Amino acid sequence: MSKDLFSSLRPALVLTVLFALLLGLAYPLALTGAGQALFSRQANGSLIRQGDRVVGSELIGQAFASPRYFHGRPSAAGAGYDAMASGGSNLGPTSKVLAERVKGDVAALQTSPGNPAPPDMVTTSASGLDPHISPEAAFFQVARVAAARGIDAGAVRKLVADHREGALLGFIGEARVNVLALNQALDTMAGRGAQPVP
Amino acid sequence: MTIQGWTLILVFTVLVFAMAKPFGMWLFALYEGRRTPLHRLLGPVERGFYTLAGIDPDAEQSWRRYALHMLVFQLVLVVFTYTVLRLQGVLPMNPRALPGIGADGAINTAISFVTNTNWQWYSGEVALSNFSQMFGLVIHNFLSAATGIAVAFALFRGFARREVASVGNFWADCTRVTLYLLLPVSVVYALFLIASGVPQTLAASVEVTTLEGIKQTIALGPVASQEAIKMFGTNGGGFFNANSAHPFENPTALTNFVEMLSIFALGAGLTWCFGKAVGNTRQGWAILAAMMVLFVAGASVAYWQEAAGNPILHQLGAAGGNMEGKEVRFGIAASALFSVVTTAASCGAVNAMHDSFTALGGMIPLFNMQIGEVVVGGVGAGIYGFLLFALLAVFVAGLMVGRTPEYVGKKIEAREVKLAVLAIAMLPLCILGLTAVSAVMPEGLAGPLNKGPHGFSEILYAFSSGTGNNGSAFAGLSAGTPFYNALLAVAMWLGRFFVIVPVLAIAGSLAAKKHTPETAGSFPTTGPLWIGLLIAIILVVGGLTFLPGLALGPIADHLAMVSGQQF
Repeated sequence: MSKDLFSSLRPALVLTVLFALLLGLAYPLALTGAGQALFSRQANGSLIRQGDRVVGSELIGQAFASPRYFHGRPSAAGAGYDAMASGGSNLGPTSKVLAERVKGDVAALQTSPGNPAPPDMVTTSASGLDPHISPEAAFFQVARVAAARGIDAGAVRKLVADHREGALLGFIGEARVNVLALNQALDTMAGRGAQPVP
Repeated sequence: MTIQGWTLILVFTVLVFAMAKPFGMWLFALYEGRRTPLHRLLGPVERGFYTLAGIDPDAEQSWRRYALHMLVFQLVLVVFTYTVLRLQGVLPMNPRALPGIGADGAINTAISFVTNTNWQWYSGEVALSNFSQMFGLVIHNFLSAATGIAVAFALFRGFARREVASVGNFWADCTRVTLYLLLPVSVVYALFLIASGVPQTLAASVEVTTLEGIKQTIALGPVASQEAIKMFGTNGGGFFNANSAHPFENPTALTNFVEMLSIFALGAGLTWCFGKAVGNTRQGWAILAAMMVLFVAGASVAYWQEAAGNPILHQLGAAGGNMEGKEVRFGIAASALFSVVTTAASCGAVNAMHDSFTALGGMIPLFNMQIGEVVVGGVGAGIYGFLLFALLAVFVAGLMVGRTPEYVGKKIEAREVKLAVLAIAMLPLCILGLTAVSAVMPEGLAGPLNKGPHGFSEILYAFSSGTGNNGSAFAGLSAGTPFYNALLAVAMWLGRFFVIVPVLAIAGSLAAKKHTPETAGSFPTTGPLWIGLLIAIILVVGGLTFLPGLALGPIADHLAMVSGQQF
């Protein structure tokens, strides 16, 4: 037994070092090199630039508060869309805190019996950084955005429809709208470029 | 529920069957130690490793030696990662100057990754530097998976070999699986992920100014290289806190679909490899069929419950399915499916927050872990765990017909059955015992975020996940305390090695037996009767053991939910 134990030490120690070098350094570093060379945009976070300003990542949701923009979902990441603190609310189905929050979120939306709250607009996402909303949630906001901008609701509705992405092969994924892309298009349509909202 | 959702589940299931043989053949070549096309490229690396480490890959080991060498390797690996995490503050690639991890947290994480659990009490983007992630953690994503497969290979040899004292060479099995299977697949897989939007950079973060003029700092890192092996090796430890729900870990519906398939790829392949190893691939297909019946049943219940939604929220005007803690790009079907895949296998990655599932939707992942993650299962761990249940099943069948039970050409006698029961009994002992302790200690009761039965579910889930080496969580539980770090470290260690050592003992015991040819009187272990018996044994053992616990947690939670009671 003690001879067995002793004979295992050298392979255990040496393989730990060798595998650490191979799998912990060579593998990720080689992939970083390859990724940067082949897919540099994606490898660096799919950032979106307007002129010389980086306005966000195509994949990471951001907070929108102005009525002139489409809003994303409620977020539990930090104080909201904190991309250094991803996460969900983790509130369970019978949580009083959850019910209170949803009640408040529903009240903040301009719902009516014929126009109920879209489920994704009153629930937090898993990451807190969900870049998408459902097409229903986008259409729900058209009237508000159009009124705030003083533009034709029909044009805004068309913009939403143009930004709708469907399921791959009809069954992989859900219909969705990228909020940042939609809002950028909204600004472009209104000829505002990327100026910060006053 | 939609046709689209059911199509997803159906197509996924069909593809799991389709993956079994190709991955099984690849595994079988490594099981036999045959040359593969990759040997031309990586053969010198393998030989170099053996030379430096003083390993003779052809030296056969008894089960005791195999187990001892495996355990020593695991201990060295624990010390390695513990040291890296403790010293984080002085190690390179730490631009945010993050401090070293505390002792209880570091030992928990080291054990967590070595045991293929990847339970995470910390948030990756908050607590760990890029160096800690790639140098301290990724190595285990490979080696814990390779260790699981090595143990499965040893058990296969026990069934396949006749009257010998050896079960293979641990070092050779572990090295070959890593070099010729896990590493090459991970490289290709990671490139696919990068192309799909998963970052792969040494930068720690980037600052942007949003359309509304707010500063947003976005965490980055070498994510893709970790993500690939995290899924393929059923590890599940996320680079970010939100794990595979984070758009940088799982950016599109397609990456999500591939991630789910990759969790099951090796588990399904190992069933085929087992059949091939014992000389009858139908044995492997029967196992996979039994697994997939349980899988589809679980996925259907989870999807049904999540699509039905939460009546309490319906009352408040939030109609439809349960979207709390889910991402829009995946929706309800792919989130429910992912939750069942990740807990059926011992992966533990999540693309939705299980804590916010409906009561019964969340019970399915919990139950999957409690029955030992034998539905396809973790790489290696799934098949050797399932074979323990198969031994129990032939034992029960043998009792019914009054014959010494046999399985794939080996007589199953008292020693094997005792060892199998010992391994299976570790699950309830750890899960229920440690949950009970936590439910009465003030340190334990300080953990849950949610009140009422759901709070109890959070504790039960944590120990089911730790013992089952899963790693997913009802993440509302504040588990980053010395109390939970210590108890969960114990659960993870026992849940891993108090199963593996009995499994290797069974392997040794079987290898020494002579072959018993199948006769007309042998209980057939390939047909529907056998598949039904396997499923029944798993459900009876799991159901009888865990039903009382489930009644206190998710079932009570469900009754409260449908009657509108809040906590």
